[in-house]
Formats: sequence, C-alpha cells, structure tokens
Amino acid sequence: MIDILLTSQTLNITGCADAVMSPQSGGIDLFIGTVRDATKGKTVLRLEFEAYEPMAKSEMNKIALQAMEKWPLHKVLIHHRIGVLEVGEVPVIIAVSAAHRAAAFDACRFIIDTLKLTVPIWKKEIFEDGEVWVAAHP
Amino acid sequence: MIIKILAFGIAKEIFGGSSIDFALENEVTTVDLKAALEERYPSLAELSSYLLAVNNEYAAPDLTIGAKDEVAIIPPVSGG
Repeated sequence: MIDILLTSQTLNITGCADAVMSPQSGGIDLFIGTVRDATKGKTVLRLEFEAYEPMAKSEMNKIALQAMEKWPLHKVLIHHRIGVLEVGEVPVIIAVSAAHRAAAFDACRFIIDTLKLTVPIWKKEIFEDGEVWVAAHP
Repeated sequence: MIIKILAFGIAKEIFGGSSIDFALENEVTTVDLKAALEERYPSLAELSSYLLAVNNEYAAPDLTIGAKDEVAIIPPVSGG
C-alpha cells in the first residue's frame, strides 16, 4: 500500500504511524522533518513551500514504488506540506512498515534522501533581513 | 509556435510570473529550449542547475518539445 499526500493542512504524526501499521509488520520507521530556527547561524522566521503539484505527487509515488522494489515493505507513506510553516512545524513525514526493522530503517532513509533530490518542491527561507530560495544559487 | 512554460521557486522570480508564453519557430529539443531561454533570461544560467520537465516528467536532453506539451522549469529542488 502506498499513501501519498501533498497538502496545505497540518500533518498528522500519529495518523501517519497508524496508517502504516499492519498485523504482519514487526517495525515501523517514521521520519519527521521539522522547521529549524536557524540556518548557517542565521535566524529563520518561517519557511514557505511550493510544489509543482501533479509532478511532485508522481515523483513521490515513483520513490515509494522504488522503495517497495528494493525492500520487503508492507506500507509506505509520504506526506508533504506546502504553504507557510513556522518554526517547529512539520513539512514532511515518511512512514514505512516491514516485518523486520532493517528494511524499515533503510527504506525510510532512502525515501527522504531521494525526495530531497527529485521531488519538485521548493522552500524559501524567510530571515529578519530578507529571504532566499534554498539551493537556488551556488 | 508558442510554448507555455510554467515556473516555480526562483524561476518564478526570474520570469516575473508563474508562466510565460515563449515563441519558437520550430519544435525544439530540451537542450535547444534551455539555450533559447537562457538567451532571454540570463539569470537562469546563474542558478546552481535547473531541469526542464515535459508532461510531468524530467525531460531527457534530446527530447523534442512541441506546442501541445506542458513544459515547466525545475530549479534546484529543496523539499523535505
């Protein structure tokens, strides 16, 4: 089972864990990305996320399928938020269930690492004295 | 031929909007379109990198792009 969501609503951490539970699963790995209050020593006030929505969902689905091919997983969930997020809020949750923990840990890391490389979502950091699209310039 | 090109993130600021209508004489490949765009929007060449997506898929360099395709500029992604 694959569960992909791109939303402007608050992500539900316990709901995501519940969604991947199954009687066959011996472990669930949950990655929760949160908005940090500083980057390179500069205070971050908030982040703004935007997505190329149809392609982002399609790329998220591809990553989930790749993970299911590489590891014996039961369920894979990828939820990502868009819009304005304050410090401490949750932009992304990855949840994976498997019979044993090694597959769940490895797949969860693969999914978040690949998401950061391929899914067309962008974040802008808002500072006290300006704003910048992350990774846009060398 | 007019191609509508969608822009996101920093590319939206470079285009001055969320899309542009880009006029071309013929169908082009991904590589040709990037070169033509950079001629009109030199700031694109200053990005760390950027890709084109055609019909919601990353476009190979030799892909031919026509007026019916949905084209988007994908500047360096930064989700998560």
